[in-house]
Amino acid sequence: MDLIYEPWPWYVAGPLIALVMFVLLLVGKQFGMSSNLRTACAAVGAGKASEFFKFDWKAERWNLMVVLGAILGGFIASTYLSENTVNINSEIAQQLSDDYNIKSAGQAYLPTEIFAAENLANPLNIAILLIGGILVGFGARYAGGCTSGHAISGLSNLQLPSLIAVIGFFIGGLVMIHLLYPIIF
Amino acid sequence: MRYITYLVIGTFFGIIMFKSEAASWFRIYEMFQFGSFHMYGIIGSALVLGVIGIQVIKRKNIKPLNGSEMSLQPKNKSVARYLIGGIIFGLGWALAGACPGPMYVLAGAGYISILIVIFGAVVGTFLYGLIKDRLPH
Repeated sequence: MDLIYEPWPWYVAGPLIALVMFVLLLVGKQFGMSSNLRTACAAVGAGKASEFFKFDWKAERWNLMVVLGAILGGFIASTYLSENTVNINSEIAQQLSDDYNIKSAGQAYLPTEIFAAENLANPLNIAILLIGGILVGFGARYAGGCTSGHAISGLSNLQLPSLIAVIGFFIGGLVMIHLLYPIIF
Repeated sequence: MRYITYLVIGTFFGIIMFKSEAASWFRIYEMFQFGSFHMYGIIGSALVLGVIGIQVIKRKNIKPLNGSEMSLQPKNKSVARYLIGGIIFGLGWALAGACPGPMYVLAGAGYISILIVIFGAVVGTFLYGLIKDRLPH
């Protein structure tokens, strides 16, 4: 049973992600988890506001099914297969506690200081989550893909644009964690 | 029937994301602090197998099951859109601690707060659609 409850190591997860990509290729699709956001916009009528959302979104319903599956997978894994705690490098956990008063590493899956429902009363937390989401959505469409579309699919297909995008992901992430976190938190 | 296939693929993907902790804010933070090999190992091993597999597909000219063409079109050439878009994405990835796949996984795991991130991501996508013609691509 421990094998199920323990976190899966990278050398199990990475190959399984590659398998997901190959299965999608075999059914004629490309692995990517952000284009469904565009499909969702189109489905609720954003085509009235921009040409970008005027396309045959019904042909893209398959990626909404993948999303539904991902939701289901999250439910199954968290309910039946996990103790929902994440242990990280102890020095990093200590630093999170010392610098940002985030003390839930090792005790929760997401930092309760930011994500616990009762902490949503803090407007700063709402702003962090909302702005984070907006940047992810905007950036993914501007760059034409996200972690799955560029870092996995695109790089696997040896696409230079994907390499540029992934370098961008890391520039953005490093700037946020190392330069902006000390200001925000 | 085809929809069931995609539902199953998505479910499998969701379980992998959650169980590998790639959907955890802590792992994303740790990755950008270079505190563990874990996330690099996940992406790196997926990539090594991905590169090999796609080379095999191309050289053996393997077709999808329905006989159509593999979705492996080259991406449009540009630097600005990938670099600027990528940086904006990276800022959000590190701020919210989640990228698009894991957002849905976390919603399924019952984290109500992630719905704010998903709402933001839809808004961000919509904003891009509104102003895309005025951005360098």
